[in-house]
Parts: sequence; C-alpha cells; structure tokens
Amino acid sequence: MFEEIGTTAEGDLLINVGPQHPATHGVLHLVLTLNGEIIKKVEPHLGYIHRSIEKMCESLSYRQFIYVTSRMDYLSAHINNHACALVVEKGLQVEVPLRAQYIRVIMDELTRIASHELWWSAMSMDLGAFTPYFLAFREREKINEIMEETCGARLTMNYMVPGGVMAEPHPDFQKKVKAFVADFKKTLHEYDELITGNIIFQNRMKGVGYLSPEDAISYGCTGPVARASGVKSDIRKIAPYDVYDKVEFDEIIETGGDCFTRYQVRIKEMSQSIRIIEQLIDNIPDGDFQAKTKAVLKLPKGEFYQRVETARGELGVYIVSEGAAQPYRIKFRSPGFSNLSALDHMVRGYKIGDFIAIMGTLDLVIPDIDR
Amino acid sequence: MFLKDYITDVYRATKSLLTGMKLTGYYFTHHKEIITEQYPDNRTTLKLADRFKGEVWMPHDENNEHACTGCSSCEIACPNGTIKIISKFDVSPEGKRKKAIDQFVYRLDMCTMCGLCVEACPTDAIKMRNTFELSVFDRNNLIKRLNEPGSKIREGVE
Ligand code: SF4
Ligand code: SF4
Repeated sequence: MFEEIGTTAEGDLLINVGPQHPATHGVLHLVLTLNGEIIKKVEPHLGYIHRSIEKMCESLSYRQFIYVTSRMDYLSAHINNHACALVVEKGLQVEVPLRAQYIRVIMDELTRIASHELWWSAMSMDLGAFTPYFLAFREREKINEIMEETCGARLTMNYMVPGGVMAEPHPDFQKKVKAFVADFKKTLHEYDELITGNIIFQNRMKGVGYLSPEDAISYGCTGPVARASGVKSDIRKIAPYDVYDKVEFDEIIETGGDCFTRYQVRIKEMSQSIRIIEQLIDNIPDGDFQAKTKAVLKLPKGEFYQRVETARGELGVYIVSEGAAQPYRIKFRSPGFSNLSALDHMVRGYKIGDFIAIMGTLDLVIPDIDR
Repeated sequence: MFLKDYITDVYRATKSLLTGMKLTGYYFTHHKEIITEQYPDNRTTLKLADRFKGEVWMPHDENNEHACTGCSSCEIACPNGTIKIISKFDVSPEGKRKKAIDQFVYRLDMCTMCGLCVEACPTDAIKMRNTFELSVFDRNNLIKRLNEPGSKIREGVE
C-alpha cells in the first residue's frame, strides 16, 4: 500500500490531487510529496477508469473490436480506429482503395486539430483563462459538425473499417472542410493574441517542467512532448501509413523542453495539419470507399503490429493471432501512459503552482492511460 | 536598472492583457459570430445530421411491410448482444415453410450506436435514426420491438 494521507517520516506533506480534480480532466489520482511548496515526488495511482478493453477485444471479432478503441483516447477516436483498421489490413494483406486512404488521412488530421483545440482550451482554463475555452470550442464545433454529417457521431465515430471507411463522405464534406480550413486560418492568430503573448501565461510556462531529450527517450515519451525536447518521433514521418508519404508537411521539432515549448509545438502542429488537409481535400480520387473483404475476417497465425501518430503521440496496436476469428491477445501501447510516467521526473523541484501547468502541457487523456 | 526592467515589465504585461481583452471585447460586440445553440429552447428548429447515429429502427412502408428476412446477420455483427432475432416459420399458400421474423428485439440500453448492424444487413432493413432524446422513466421501455405488430416482409425481398 502507498501512503496517501498525512506526513511522511521525513516530515513532508502528502497531498492528493484527484481522483476528482478539475485539472486532471478525468479520474487520475496523483499523490504529491511536498516539502513546503517544493514538489519532491509525484506518484500516479491508476485504475479508476480501467475497463479492461484489451481483454474485451479478445472476445470480439476483427470488425467489432474497432469500436471499443474509440473509448480509449476519445479525443483521437478516429486515429485509434485507424490504427486498428491498419493492423487488420496488414494481417489480411488487403489493399485499401486510394479514395479511402485520402478520406482517412483527412479525418485523422481534423481529429488532431479538434484534439489540440480541446487541449488548448482546457489547459488555458487550468491556468485561469476562461475565454479560450469558448473560442476553441467554436472551431471544434465546426469539426464536430463535419464528423457528425459524415460519420454519424461526434466523438466515438467508428468510421474506419478494415478495408476502408464505413460510408461515402457526405456530399457536403469537401465544401465544409474547405470552409473550415479557410475560417481556421483566419482565426488561428486569435490563439496567439489571447494566450501566447500574454505575459502572465508566459511567466508561468517558460522554464518550467524541463524534460531533456535523453529523459524523453528513456521514459518513452512520444508526440508533442518528445518533439518539444528535440526528439524526432513523428510516426507520420518515420513510418508513413496510408497517404502520409505523399503529402508535404514539417515535423515540428523544438529544443526548449519546457512547458512553453510543448505549448508551441502543438499550436504549430495545427497549421501543419491544415497544410495536409489542403493538399488532400481537392484531390480525393474516385473509386471505392471500401475494399472487398470476406464476411468473417480471420487473421493468419502470427503477430501483427502497427503504430500511428495520435494527437498525443505514438499508439501501437499489437495483435497475436491464432488463426481464429477473434484475436488471441491484443496489446495497446498508449501514448498517454508513457507521457504520464515522465511527470514525476518533470515536476521534481518545481513549486506546486507549476504542477498544473506541467500536467496541462502533457495533454493527458485518462481513459487512454487506463484503458 | 531594476526600476527600468520593472516598468518595462508592467508596460508589456498591460499591453498583452489589453490585446487579449480586445479580442474578448470584439466578440462581446459581435453577437452574430457566436454559434451557441439555445437547446432545448430551439427544439422545434433543431435538426441533426441525417446520418446521426441515434438509435436503430426498422423503416416500414405504407403497407406495413419491412425488408427484414430474419437472417440474424445483425445479431451476429453486434458486439454487445443488443439485438435478438426471434424467428418463426411462415407457411406459404403452396405449403412451403419459410423462415420469417417474428420479433426483432432491440435493447436500446445496451446499444453503443456503432452502426455495425446496419453495415451487416444484406437487405438494408434497419437504419440508424437521428433521434436523440431517448431517456425514459422505466428502463423496460428501452427494450423495443422494431418490427411493427402485424407487419410482414415486403414482396420480392430475399
Ligand atoms: S448500433 Fe452497434 S451496438 Fe447498437 S445494435 Fe447495432 S451493432 Fe449493436
Ligand atoms: S435486420 Fe437485416 S441483418 Fe438483421 S435479421 Fe433482418 S435482414 Fe437480417
């Protein structure tokens, strides 16, 4: 058992953040050891939202298990589904029609923007600014509307299926995405005006929560957290899937390693996502939206692995198949878990007031950590 | 030196705060650009996307006929055991026995609106409807029978 209450033998104070704390945005329980105002240690206690998704998947068929993964990292639901569809296609050796690949990548990038927007608004709110919340949700609402029209859901889309996507995009899809892109480019500067340039915000973020490149690698950090420390980790560049090798975009790499850098990486990633969408949206080829697959999918005996870049980092799906219609074992490597494990290292020596800022820039989604 | 830094800081802080406040002020005076919907006051005009996955339903035509053959594909495709097909055997005038649907039981309380059942149906007999105010006071009301009483399969659907 861990100590959770009172003081330690050295006289340090133990403080519980969560499981119901507004800044954790989910049921995450952190036990802080404080020496005065200085944080000596952080211990995450997990398991409050464990739903045993991996075990559940073992009883579902290869078509069915995809919908469950929307419930892991619910802000990157599309990208999770994408990873699962890709690994099944890899096992079955199905060629996905180009049209489906284009749609998938556009959807992925829209999801990424929506996710970063939610992170931006939630993190700003943690730091005491409330206006960003409404501003970012206005843009996010437009993405949600696009999703709703095409996929039929706003958060847990389940639009990707092995072999392609579930349905043709809505007739208005292209028009709406283009309108969104145009609007978004016009309003992106508002983000900087409102928060990035704000002196209070900068003082709270700069030089706080430093993570060195070596530590980022040894803790297995991925995504914007690693890239802010100067580690190349974008799976879209390292191991391109679908049409990511055909589009031009920059992997945002900064070397600051502090909270402000992580913040900037995400803001810049949004413009890169817009760049990808712009290249694809006008060139969606004609053709099928789904490859022909058998009614019952059976992966051959063996092991299959696929990784994708979600809004938070590298998501890996590992399937062990015994040749049956259900997977023998599924393992998800979630980005949130690894990023959280670096939290202890990042907050040591900083004040408790910095803690929320550091945690905010990690962009934790708790169901992704617990699964 | 210290004083100069201090004053510069105060100046920069005030300026950055005012930049932010300007934006807030802009939206305060431009109501037209606000897209908040006044739900539930706008119930009469609110329209969700046609594809919105609200609940599963079975469309019937004016003769109270549907397209469900009772093949159970949807039941197998559903990851949650939401659907139960209770079938019966129809006897045609020529004396042939044919499998047909007796009751299509749909448990809304167990449905995750994934849409896999609609995908699996070979005759497009079921669809997702964009209704969303589905709460009821008694949970038994969530167990629904989707084929209307007295309905039968449309002529020509195999
Ligand atoms: S929508 Fe999904 S959960 Fe609901 S009945 Fe259909 S297959 Fe089952
Ligand atoms: S709804 Fe469709 S899949 Fe389900 S039993 Fe009827 S015909 Fe078969």
